[in-house]
Amino acid sequence: MALEKYKNLLKQYLETEDEAALYRADQFSKKSLMDDISPDEILQIHIDAMLDLYPDLSKDMRLSLDFLLETMISYGIAHQEFRVLREKQLELKSEIEVAANMQSTLLNTNIPEVEGLDIGAISIAANQMSGDYYHFIKDQEDNVGIGVADVIGKGIPAALCMSMIKYALDSFPANRLNPKTILRLLNRVVERNVEPGMFITMFYGFYNKNENCLQYASAGHEPGLFYNAKTDSFETLEAKGIVLGVEDSISYNQFTKCLSVGDMIILLTDGVTECRKGDQFIETDEILQVIKEYLHLPAQDIVENVYRHFERVQDFDLRDDFTLIILRRKE
Amino acid sequence: MMDIQFQSFIPIKKEWDIVAARQQGRDMSKQIGFGSVDQARIATAISELARNIYLYAEQGKICFEILDDMEHKGIKIIAKDDGPGIPDVGKVMEDGYTTSGGLGAGLPGIKRLMDYFDIVSEEGKGTEVTVQKWLR
Ligand SMILES: Nc1ncnc2c1ncn2[C@@H]1O[C@H](COP(=O)(O)OP(=O)(O)O)[C@@H](O)[C@H]1O
Ligand SMILES: [Mg+2]
Repeated sequence: MALEKYKNLLKQYLETEDEAALYRADQFSKKSLMDDISPDEILQIHIDAMLDLYPDLSKDMRLSLDFLLETMISYGIAHQEFRVLREKQLELKSEIEVAANMQSTLLNTNIPEVEGLDIGAISIAANQMSGDYYHFIKDQEDNVGIGVADVIGKGIPAALCMSMIKYALDSFPANRLNPKTILRLLNRVVERNVEPGMFITMFYGFYNKNENCLQYASAGHEPGLFYNAKTDSFETLEAKGIVLGVEDSISYNQFTKCLSVGDMIILLTDGVTECRKGDQFIETDEILQVIKEYLHLPAQDIVENVYRHFERVQDFDLRDDFTLIILRRKE
Repeated sequence: MMDIQFQSFIPIKKEWDIVAARQQGRDMSKQIGFGSVDQARIATAISELARNIYLYAEQGKICFEILDDMEHKGIKIIAKDDGPGIPDVGKVMEDGYTTSGGLGAGLPGIKRLMDYFDIVSEEGKGTEVTVQKWLR
């Protein structure tokens, strides 16, 4: 019984002041924790043991122990509550894990294999569930549609919202829609189905295989970048547009950028540009610098290396979902 | 120890009445034969109940009853008021809802301290919380 055991340990300690008894006391407390014995109950055991060992314990001493017991009652409740909350937390965690797996199955998109194009993509969630999404679609003529979206916000609500974007995109007719039309239609879906205050930014591009040009439009999304291989320089793909979900009827402007061999289109979310080094945001230049370092590699290796770089910069603790896509024209 | 009746109640109007209710509960549980931890737990539960009356309903009462069904003994405490009531009881019974914050407080804490807990509350009419603890 706990009381007998405790009494013996206590007695041993009082007689010998021995470290071994203290070590056993430590073991005793671990065992008690496992048996779900609360702090006030331990104290009760202590009081009973003391009264057994010292029947003549002074009245002051006895009362002081009772007084101490009184102050421990709330710790006892807190201890029980803590156990329940911990169980609940484990339950939630595994539930979210299931949801996250489901999300990655639902939102899975394969990077298309297209002759003459080298495509790399990476998307990492800051928490278990991502509010970033990218989508590839290839038609019979090997043209490629690319969407990158970012829900303002993180975690589960953002993730739920993303599934909607995916299913809306899937429901559009397979014949080629303009990026500006796709954004206009998506805006309506988002405006109607998402609570006010939740917004989505999105970039949509359509790469025409024959012309080697990208048509694109943006709904308030982080601007894409263009790498000019000949001049070895970067430029921004400016495309202003209102984020999805603000207003019902919005039209978007569409732009075109043509690629020569070696040129690249770089698409990203603000999880990339808003990486932080300590308190400071990194500069876009730094991103470009890092990309340049890995230019000699295939697109997929570039995005992975860039991710690893910024993961390290942020001490392996992403603050926002991180998505980076590179599309390079090959020979 | 003063003689305790089978049934009694303490009106709660002032903060000081909380102490009287605790005292009554402690004396009664001592008489029934509860050990010191249980006495302290019962007193703490009474404290919380009486404080809620004092804080949210302004006045009410705490009733005490000794339970004895041949097989075992126990104590039953009813906290009753005609205050504003609690609109969403389900919510206040969630851990961590209390305005006092932190772990181990409020109505869920009372439930943990006792063996039986029941609450009936109607908006605009009042609140009645019944708790029991059995001697083991
Ligand atoms: N007797 C009561 N009458 C009206 N409202 C009450 C009463 N008891 C509790 N409440 C309401 O329920 C809430 C939760 O109570 P409780 O769990 O004791 O935590 P706390 O008192 O720390 O807020 C209180 O904030 C109060 O709004
Ligand atoms: Mg309270």
